[in-house]
Amino acid sequence: MSASARSDGGGGPLRLLEKWLPQIVLAPIFGLSLFFVYGFTAWTLYISFTKSRILPVYEWAGLIQYERLWSTPRWYVAVENLFVFGGLFIFGCLAIGLVLAILLDQRIRAEGALRTIYLYPMALSFIVTGTAWKWILNPGLGVEKLVRDLGFPNFTFDWLVNPDYAIYTVVIAAIWQSSGYVMALFLAGLRSVDDDLIKAAAIDGAGPIRSYVSVILPMLGPVFLSSVIILTHLAIKSFDLVIALTGGGPGYATDLPATFMYAFAFQRSELGMAAASAIMMLTTIVAIMVPYLYSELRGSQR
Amino acid sequence: MSRAADGIVRPRGASQKALRVLLFVLLGIFALYYLAPLFVMVSTSLKTLEQIRAGTLLSLPTDLTFSAWTKAWSEACVGVRCEGLRPYFLNSIMIAIPGVAISTMLGVFAGYSLTKWRFRGADIIFAMMLFGAFIPFQVVLLPMARTLGFLGLAGTIPGLILVHIFAGLAFTTLFFRTFFVGVADAIVDAAKIDGAGYFTILFKILLPMAVPTFAVTVIWQFTQIWNDFLFGVVFTSTQSNPVTVALNNVVATTTGVKEYNVDMAAAIMAALPTLVVYVVAGRYFVRGLGAGAVKG
Repeated sequence: MSASARSDGGGGPLRLLEKWLPQIVLAPIFGLSLFFVYGFTAWTLYISFTKSRILPVYEWAGLIQYERLWSTPRWYVAVENLFVFGGLFIFGCLAIGLVLAILLDQRIRAEGALRTIYLYPMALSFIVTGTAWKWILNPGLGVEKLVRDLGFPNFTFDWLVNPDYAIYTVVIAAIWQSSGYVMALFLAGLRSVDDDLIKAAAIDGAGPIRSYVSVILPMLGPVFLSSVIILTHLAIKSFDLVIALTGGGPGYATDLPATFMYAFAFQRSELGMAAASAIMMLTTIVAIMVPYLYSELRGSQR
Repeated sequence: MSRAADGIVRPRGASQKALRVLLFVLLGIFALYYLAPLFVMVSTSLKTLEQIRAGTLLSLPTDLTFSAWTKAWSEACVGVRCEGLRPYFLNSIMIAIPGVAISTMLGVFAGYSLTKWRFRGADIIFAMMLFGAFIPFQVVLLPMARTLGFLGLAGTIPGLILVHIFAGLAFTTLFFRTFFVGVADAIVDAAKIDGAGYFTILFKILLPMAVPTFAVTVIWQFTQIWNDFLFGVVFTSTQSNPVTVALNNVVATTTGVKEYNVDMAAAIMAALPTLVVYVVAGRYFVRGLGAGAVKG
């Protein structure tokens, strides 16, 4: 290829090509990326300001879709569910992940095997996870039957089909899927805490619990932060799990913004409202991610 | 990974020993919690429907039968098409292989150009690309559907491959940029003085060093593409559905007797490729997760 021509050779078009080669190679890739991320986002933003229903129309209509969105009861259910689901999911993953990481950090045998077991759900598709938990939570045959057969004939566990509780079944499955990941993040954090600090604490007479609470955990602040960011991001994007586990039901009791957007875009032919809901999701994520990325990137540049 | 000093809980004295036992009990309980769904899936898939009704979640299959597996693979109905999961499994393979290969390759070039041939604006370009890793994909669904329509790729496998290439670029670029940043510039400068050009330096010098990054990127992309549901359900039609969409259709089918054993067999099949990757190359998988957290 001409690229292997000597870069310190004379002038001429080949030399020029060589000089610009990195940019020439990068340009289409960057272009694709730019188009996909920014072009499409701008496009969706524009659609959200039109009266598009079945097909996109490109006539400016102002904030009409946002007004409709925020006067739709189903959207409120979705947003409320996101708070319930997101809050419990983040808290549950952090709590279980941290406990597991601390337990695993005690130089035990079989650590590798246990880590593998705790983390494997993360390798699975949410659709698979949802399918499995749908079966386990099945009111007639799953956990309910198990406990009844153990001698509690009146035990009921019908959250999956109960509009008031169905969202909690999504939380259960989501925590099962993602808590191992948080464990891995915390474990890496724990392993990077300076040994000397721990020894110093031990010499000062700090027991294991005190060592963790006042020496080790405060140093895990950055891990906490990135875990919360990642989990928030996962929660806002949650779609597959809900579809597989409850299909958004009963009714639309387990709708989240992501399933709302899908339903309005592809089932109810409300493109404008769907676009508006997608923009609301984007806004939330940008509000969380941009400050985080900014500090993260600035920190890595020394 | 291992720490030189002992852990906080040291096996010293009787109370320490009790703590140690407690530690293992807790770890064991958690292990059961994570393994239970897998056990339930496997055992249910090996039962007959009568056994499922008679027993409970945790009861073992009394006589093993693989009929649910063969049915899930080649007979189960996905909508009106009763050919089992096989065609969709093959679809997923046909989507994942080019999707992974192309997005990884583009990530190599982007990461390489951005770091080893630094030019003004490289950091800004990277930051702009990185943002693609964090947008909720709901924002791109409608325009993507229109674009695939314009290209005549709506509802096709090549269309879905294209979507995955688009969607994966930010991640693959991030992985390779992180790797190339860590490679000393002196190596590249020396090669330039020896007269090596853009491609020579990449293929002869840098890529052989990048094998672990390749592993991470390929595993990450494979997992993302194989496990994807959103793009699959939006951008493919019945014939071109990936296996996740087919699985959901099998499970959601409401006509006839609900065959839970077939559902579970189908779920395991859809999970198997990424599970195998995880077991075989777990440490690369974990590193990929770490990089997804903008670390390392």
